[in-house]
Amino acid sequence: MDITGDASEVRTGTTIIAVEFEGGVVMGSDSRVSAGESVVNRVFNKLSPLHERIYCALSGSAADAQAIVDMAQYQLEMHSMEVGAPPQVIAAANVVRNISYKHKEELSAHLMVAGWDRRKGGQVYGTLDGMLTRHQVCIGGSGSSYIYGYVDSAYKSRMSKEECLQFVTNALTLAMGRDGSSGGVVHLVTITKDGVEPKLILSNDLPQFYDNE
Amino acid sequence: ALPIWPVTQENMATVMMPVQRGESAARPGSYADLTPDWTHAEVSTGTTIMAVEFDGGVVIGADSRTTTGAYIANRVTDKLTPIHDRIYCCRSGSAADTQAIADAVAYQLGFHSIELDEPPLVHTAASLFKEMCYKYREDLTAGIIVAGWDSRKGGQVYSVPMGGMMVHQPFSIGGSGSSYIYGFVDSSYKKGMTKEECLTFTANAVALAMERDGSSGGVIRLAAITEGGVERKVILGNELPRFNIG
Repeated sequence: MDITGDASEVRTGTTIIAVEFEGGVVMGSDSRVSAGESVVNRVFNKLSPLHERIYCALSGSAADAQAIVDMAQYQLEMHSMEVGAPPQVIAAANVVRNISYKHKEELSAHLMVAGWDRRKGGQVYGTLDGMLTRHQVCIGGSGSSYIYGYVDSAYKSRMSKEECLQFVTNALTLAMGRDGSSGGVVHLVTITKDGVEPKLILSNDLPQFYDNE
Repeated sequence: ALPIWPVTQENMATVMMPVQRGESAARPGSYADLTPDWTHAEVSTGTTIMAVEFDGGVVIGADSRTTTGAYIANRVTDKLTPIHDRIYCCRSGSAADTQAIADAVAYQLGFHSIELDEPPLVHTAASLFKEMCYKYREDLTAGIIVAGWDSRKGGQVYSVPMGGMMVHQPFSIGGSGSSYIYGFVDSSYKKGMTKEECLTFTANAVALAMERDGSSGGVIRLAAITEGGVERKVILGNELPRFNIG
């Protein structure tokens, strides 16, 4: 995450993660928004709905990310009305990707898109730098660097919903422990055919890891 | 330039040579833009290094990649450098800087040990590294982990990162690849591991970092240092621990 503009611009420093499982996706984020050294919001939810069963996770410049979400929500709603059906997750990912790619010189935000649709079930897409890539696990934000090793070693395919929730919570906790720009509480969202289930885990309920004693 | 030892005519050239930091492209009339970046980039041990204490000694590990820009100058580098019989250092940063510092400290420690007529303490070795890395902090790019065994405190790991601080830790990771494994080591480390568990922990951590860091790769070099001596191991590419992501 390199800061191109003013150092005290409001940024969602961030750790975000999305995991696919049989029947849906689990998404998670931390809750810290920083402007330089200050934390301007310590309870911000970086998981934003794009449509009924499609969410996105925000990282980078807070303003840019919110602007992209607003545009994407509008375009998806129009698309959904025209098609007469809920949009596919890949359509939402493409909407976000096209905005990010077209304005890539001016924007400095990365959105991860995940959700459930009837055609392909749970899907996770990364839109970094204007690419479109599908993943089983996608991590992003400044804190993600610290958990590549953990995610590579701990992820197993075909995990259950509960295992995914634990995996996401552990990954976020570890990243928040090492990244100064991530912290606060853990926001989780589970998206399946039955709908969206949000969850909030407060700091004292987070798992404990090695912390230099 | 570290004029610790007497500066003779033959090493004057090395001492006085300005360090190329890869900024030559800015000079007008230079050929830097026409040639691959590795012809004028500084040699660096991109790296993942790690050291873990256990009851009776330490385990140290590193990858084996040395790069000049995008070219891998050495794919079988040994970044685990002996400083004394039972004290090693793990080197990351500029290959030249870390080799020069290690040579100087090994000399000073050897001399000190002869004067004392005793094997030196790991803390002493770490302090020597710290003195040099702090004094010349503006000129150096060196991140070093000092690890070994002595009869006073057994196995010890001291971290001397860039800037020149020194801190004792039960385990330490360093180098560019270490960013990617903070989460892994924080979640996997347990107090009271055996030597074999430490070897597995270190090998897994370095392998994960090598997967993700472009500046780390090659083979995994491991060493276990105990009262009985030093046991070295190499894990070749096809024997690396594998993980099921992707």
